[in-house]
Amino acid sequence: MIPTHAIPAATSSMAAGLFDTQNREVLSLADEEIAISVQDLGLYYGNDQALKSVTMDVPARRVTAFIGPSGCGKSTLLRCFNRMNDLIDIVRIEGEINLHGQNIYARGVDVAELRRRIGMVFQKPNPFPKSIYENVAYGLRLQGVKERATLDEVVERSLKAVALWDEVKDRLASNAFGLSGGQQQRLVIARAIAIEPEVLLLDEPTSALDPISTAKIEQLIDELKEQYTILIVTHNMQQAGRVSDYTAYMYLGELVEYADTMHLFTNPSQKATEDYITGRYG
Amino acid sequence: MNKWWKSGAPWIWLHGGAVSISIIMVFGLLLLILVRGFGHFWPHPVLQTEYQVPATGERMEVIGELRRSETLTGQSMRDAGIPIPVDQVLVTRHLIKLGNRDIAGRDFMYFIDDFMGDWQYPRNVAVLERREWGDFFGKPIRLLEGDQQLTLGGDELWPEFQRRLARSNQMFDEIRRIERVEIGNINFRLERVRLNQRRAELRESLTPELEAEFKAQRQVLQAEYSELQQRLNQLREESRRDAIVMQVAGGDEVTVRLDQIVKAWQPNAMSIPAKVVFYAQDFAGFIFGFPREANTEGGIFPAIFGTVVMVLVMSVMVTPFGVLAAIYLREYAKQGNLLKTIRISVYNLAGVPSIVFGVFGLGFFVYLVGGAIDQAAFPEALPAPTFGTPGLFWASLTLALLTLPVVIVSTEEGLARIPSTIREGSLALGATKAETLWKVVVPLATPAMMTGLILAIARAAGEVAPLMLVGVVKLAPTLPIDGNFPFLHLERKIMHLGFHIYDVGFQSPHAEAAEQLVYATALILVLLIVVLNLTAITIRNRLREKYRAESD
Repeated sequence: MIPTHAIPAATSSMAAGLFDTQNREVLSLADEEIAISVQDLGLYYGNDQALKSVTMDVPARRVTAFIGPSGCGKSTLLRCFNRMNDLIDIVRIEGEINLHGQNIYARGVDVAELRRRIGMVFQKPNPFPKSIYENVAYGLRLQGVKERATLDEVVERSLKAVALWDEVKDRLASNAFGLSGGQQQRLVIARAIAIEPEVLLLDEPTSALDPISTAKIEQLIDELKEQYTILIVTHNMQQAGRVSDYTAYMYLGELVEYADTMHLFTNPSQKATEDYITGRYG
Repeated sequence: MNKWWKSGAPWIWLHGGAVSISIIMVFGLLLLILVRGFGHFWPHPVLQTEYQVPATGERMEVIGELRRSETLTGQSMRDAGIPIPVDQVLVTRHLIKLGNRDIAGRDFMYFIDDFMGDWQYPRNVAVLERREWGDFFGKPIRLLEGDQQLTLGGDELWPEFQRRLARSNQMFDEIRRIERVEIGNINFRLERVRLNQRRAELRESLTPELEAEFKAQRQVLQAEYSELQQRLNQLREESRRDAIVMQVAGGDEVTVRLDQIVKAWQPNAMSIPAKVVFYAQDFAGFIFGFPREANTEGGIFPAIFGTVVMVLVMSVMVTPFGVLAAIYLREYAKQGNLLKTIRISVYNLAGVPSIVFGVFGLGFFVYLVGGAIDQAAFPEALPAPTFGTPGLFWASLTLALLTLPVVIVSTEEGLARIPSTIREGSLALGATKAETLWKVVVPLATPAMMTGLILAIARAAGEVAPLMLVGVVKLAPTLPIDGNFPFLHLERKIMHLGFHIYDVGFQSPHAEAAEQLVYATALILVLLIVVLNLTAITIRNRLREKYRAESD
């Protein structure tokens, strides 16, 4: 249990406005149900080590944010959770990532099946060149779902979940490229949750969006965490503060500090973390 | 001056000049083809004049169409022994089409202006386009029905002649239809019966009952045939009934049977609207008609048809091959030196002279593969080859090989342009690589594939050299598509516009008569390629619209 008492004046002024320090309870991983547990994860691009012995537990149905300067390995780490790094030939991975106790890097793991359980949303909205309906139904069709009624229901539910339904219900058959950037990103999230994954990986989901769209996505993340374990990479510290329950600060491929978000922002235990969140980094 | 150089202005002039020269050359070429090609169908006036032959002083009457005039120096004419006054520097001579090839012996003649009388354009001069021996110029005198002369007033002669010509042409079309379609079908079926019997013989399953059955089938067909033959004879007899007597240049009277005439007109009596109508009919006849007289007369329909069918069959073959190869090269093959070598080889294949493909097609496809197919699948027809001889399929396949690199390169570039985020998006939803490829990546790359196909079509439709070796002939007796099963006859020989141009222009005995036909055929070829390309471009733009990505 991390003590909740004194908040040193040295922490950023930014943190003061972000957190309701009086009423918000500091969370502890010890009380959480753990969804994913990372053990000693190392990753190499050829001979360059991009991740160094990362060990962490990701709590279920919480939002965990990864922050850190560019090139610190936060996106690389995120892409380890659904084995997206497998696509790069020169990548070599050691260590374990256990999803509910099962190592996803074990032999014989069906990667496609794994990716159905761990959905991902990317930096730039990447709808398929299909209709809005077909975009959302894509994952289900891959699983062989053909009944129109089921598809209709899932598409509607998913689009409602991302608050896009009212905006697009009259033009489900039109091309997804016709949507705005923010709508496209919500569509992509709808597409990801249509196949009901357990975990949702968000890789800087709002970096290409305007502030209003960003606010919508953040609100959406807040709603989705009721049901999904969410991991988000962001280079916007305010965003991490606003949406996440836990925050991990990474630097040069190492996990420097990982704790309750408010605690990490207001009372970092590492000098490096404090430097970064107060803007003294670099 | 130095400043002017540095400003880059000369370069801009140079670039602009290069562009304009290219454009002028292209449009000049098109204009030339257009003018010469379209001019062919216009009914030219027919002149009548007197000519004093310079060498002998003999006088002759000339009736003909002015083809072109040229100016020469008097000296060169004097050197040729033509008595031109010494002080005359320039001499004009005219090339005139005299027609009446069978009577005069020559179609075209040069006449020197100085020895010609006044040019007149008598309204009653008629041009008869004949089925044989080219055009006929003369003045209609009277009509004959059998041996009987019809008594007609001066104004009634020509309309009555046109009516009777229409009747004879109708009969001719019927004769042609019976010959081509009905007798053609019977021959096709007879041949099939023969092949069936031969096949049974080869398999040693020819029982006496079977033989009797074949014989019966043959008899039925023979009966049908003789019935048609009878009908044909009757029609021919009837169509020979009428004839027209014409007065030719010099005053002789010549009788021309109406069944030998395709059409007739009096150009000097025609109004402009009548000429326009005539022009349109003539042009339609050129496009939809069959060639006559060693391709120098008539239409080019079989050539157009053959070109289109060949290009379509080629497209059907090259697209899947090219696309599959490109997908393998880009998506699956391990990028390395071996792949680099393969890619360079494929790209260089596009630079191999096309005649080399023709030789390869003949040696490998026709003789080796085609020969093997004949041995295996059509032994009953041997020694007459079925696929072991040049034909539509091999021509298309050779062209497919020729255009394969274009399709591969375009498709590869298209695949490379698909953003990786789209692939990742699909993979992240649990799609396998193959599912991602076929459901997302390939549809997005279809516009690029179409681009490749457009280039392939443009190249294939204009190619001639390899085709002469692998299936294109001067005159194909049948079209590659007809009503007999299996409708598309891949083994048949075809005609091709490009080869047609070469044949008419350079292999024909009547070079002067063929010249305009060459331009007209070239025009049709260019138009055909434009139409094929526009079709493909429209499809591509539709696809682009459908798969319009945010990025482009």
